[in-house]
Parts: sequence; structure tokens; C-alpha cells
Amino acid sequence: MAVDYATLKKGGFMRQKQKNCFSLRLRVVGGNLTAVQLSKIAEVAEKFGDGHVHLTSRQSVEIPFIKLEQIDDVKKALKEGGVEPGVCGPRVRTVTACQGKAICPSGCIDTYALAKELDERYFARELPHKFKFGITGCQNNCLKAEENDLGIKGGIQVSWREKECIKCGVCEKACRQGAISISDGIVSVDKDKCNYCGRCVKSCPAESWDTVYGYIVSFGGLFGNSIQKGETVIPFISDKEKLLKICDTAVKFFEKNAKAGERFRFTIDRIGKEKFIKEITEAYNE
Amino acid sequence: MSDFKIDDNVDITDVVCPVTFVKAKVALEELDDGQILSIRLNDGEPVQNVPRSIKEEGHQILKLIDNNDGTYQLIVKKVGD
Repeated sequence: MAVDYATLKKGGFMRQKQKNCFSLRLRVVGGNLTAVQLSKIAEVAEKFGDGHVHLTSRQSVEIPFIKLEQIDDVKKALKEGGVEPGVCGPRVRTVTACQGKAICPSGCIDTYALAKELDERYFARELPHKFKFGITGCQNNCLKAEENDLGIKGGIQVSWREKECIKCGVCEKACRQGAISISDGIVSVDKDKCNYCGRCVKSCPAESWDTVYGYIVSFGGLFGNSIQKGETVIPFISDKEKLLKICDTAVKFFEKNAKAGERFRFTIDRIGKEKFIKEITEAYNE
Repeated sequence: MSDFKIDDNVDITDVVCPVTFVKAKVALEELDDGQILSIRLNDGEPVQNVPRSIKEEGHQILKLIDNNDGTYQLIVKKVGD
């Protein structure tokens, strides 16, 4: 039987050095697995692998030493625990996320809910090359948003409310950007300096801020053979539908313009950054 | 500082994160509900982070006063026992 490596790879089976052995990549969303999934993964690694798993650099799990002839049994066993194979190759990969607002005190957005939504919308979509989404909850950037082809970072757009303010002075010090100044009891925010980190809001004892929770998006990050930081070319996005439209536009731009085997960043550079910015800005302004 | 009746003082300028917050928290635990603690803390990371951590513990921050010597007084009202 001829081995169709392309099909195997699509299903997350990574060829190993060892003949006839594959490392099976699993579908993980936003770095979360349930205890049930974990125990099934452990069981499969014991039964079909060599008893260990590998945690990948992008929050997935791989079970090495799976034998080619056991692939169907392995898939069936995993399915019982609600676990599916992941993907490799030229398509949308694992959507990664930090713990976000649901768990982390610093989080500004619900990263896991968004990761699930993006995963449902794009996961495994065929494209000219791999395409990675990463979502981080705040400026601490634990998930390294700018490493991804499309990175999303949570933020809070603030405006001061005088009525509730007790003039304690905490926000001015909590701000690491030097964007807040207080004089004669008036709190001013320098919009050019504010990076939407939300530290003023989170430290305010009087809840004297109007807040808009939203997203800062970066495009074209790479962290492999070539290292380039994703760039933010549009303003803060305050609603999720707009964010999804922006994601659609970016993916479509890649699908339409990329050569096979060309990463998003190089497509943007080859086609012209101005052209890309124009298309994304149009989607933003729609 | 005359605006507030200070019940107790704690100086956390001699420790670094995360002990800064721990020291402040221990001092707050010694107080009764409604009593006021004055915390002396350093500029930089302590003044950026300690007020927020105290807020997240549920206490009420009343004022941050600049001592103009690289330290601040954070005035906190204890909430809950």
C-alpha cells in the first residue's frame, strides 16, 4: 500500500524518523482540554503509542509512535473521549489563546470563547500555506499575538467619568504609558499614548471610567525560519462582528494572492503593503 | 493626610513584589472592618500594582499621596473581616 503522506498530514499525522511511526497531532482549541479528554489521550498513548505525549509549541498535544496500520483504531478510541486529530500543512492551524478574561485578572476579552468561534469558522480551511491565529487577553501578551499570521489582543478603550471619581490619583501611577495626567482634579487621557491596557480601569477604586472592550489586530507575524513581528495597521476594533469581518478579509486576501508555500507576510510584501492596508481599512470602515 | 483618621501604618518599601502585597494584606488582616491603613510604598512597580491588588481583595482605596521622595502613602479602608 502506497502511503499518502499528504492525506495523513492533513489529518495531523506527522511522519517520524522511525519507520512506520507517526506523531498524531490533536485538535486543541485555545489551549484547553477537559479531564475526560486528557484521560482518553493518556489511555491512547499507553495503548497505541509509547506511553508519552508531546506538548507542542502552539498548545497542541501530539501522541508519538502511532503505527500506520492502527490509525483507524486510534481515531475511533480518541473519538470516544471527544478528541479529534488536528491538522498540519497548508491550512488554518490550531487557534491558540491565553486564559483571558474568564480566568485571568488581567484579561480584557474572553479569549477562549473567541478561539472557539474562530476555530469553528476557519479550522483546517485549505489555504496556499499554513495560517495561524493567536489570541491574547491583554497587553501582557502572554500568548505572543504578533508571532501569528493574524494576532488578536484584548484591550479597553477608556474615557474618564468625573462624577464617580474620588481623585485618589491611583490611575495616573497605574498607567505605564504615561498617558494619564491629573491637574486640578481633572483626569486627562492622552489618546496617542494610551495602549488600551486597561490598568487604569482595573486599579480604579471608584469605577469612574467608561469602557469599551475590544481588539487590537496584527497581521503577518512569523516566528520560524524568518522572524517578523505582526503589524497593526488599523485602529482599535470595538465590536466582534467587525473583528470577524477583518479576519475574513485577511484570510481572503491570503487565499486570493498568495503563491503556494508562501506565508502571509511575504504575500503582503510581494503584493504591496499599501494594497493590503487599503483592503483591510475598507473592511474596517464598512 | 489630615483628611483621614489613620488607624495603622505599614511600610512596604523594604520588600519587593510579591511580598509587597503580602505585607500589606497581612497588615489589613490585623484591622477591623472600616478601619484605615496607611501603606508606604515605592514608586515603580509597587505603586503600579499594589493598589489594584488591594482593590481586587475587596478593600476600598481612598487616596494615593505623593511623598515627593520616591515613595507614596496609599490610604486604604478595610472592607470585610
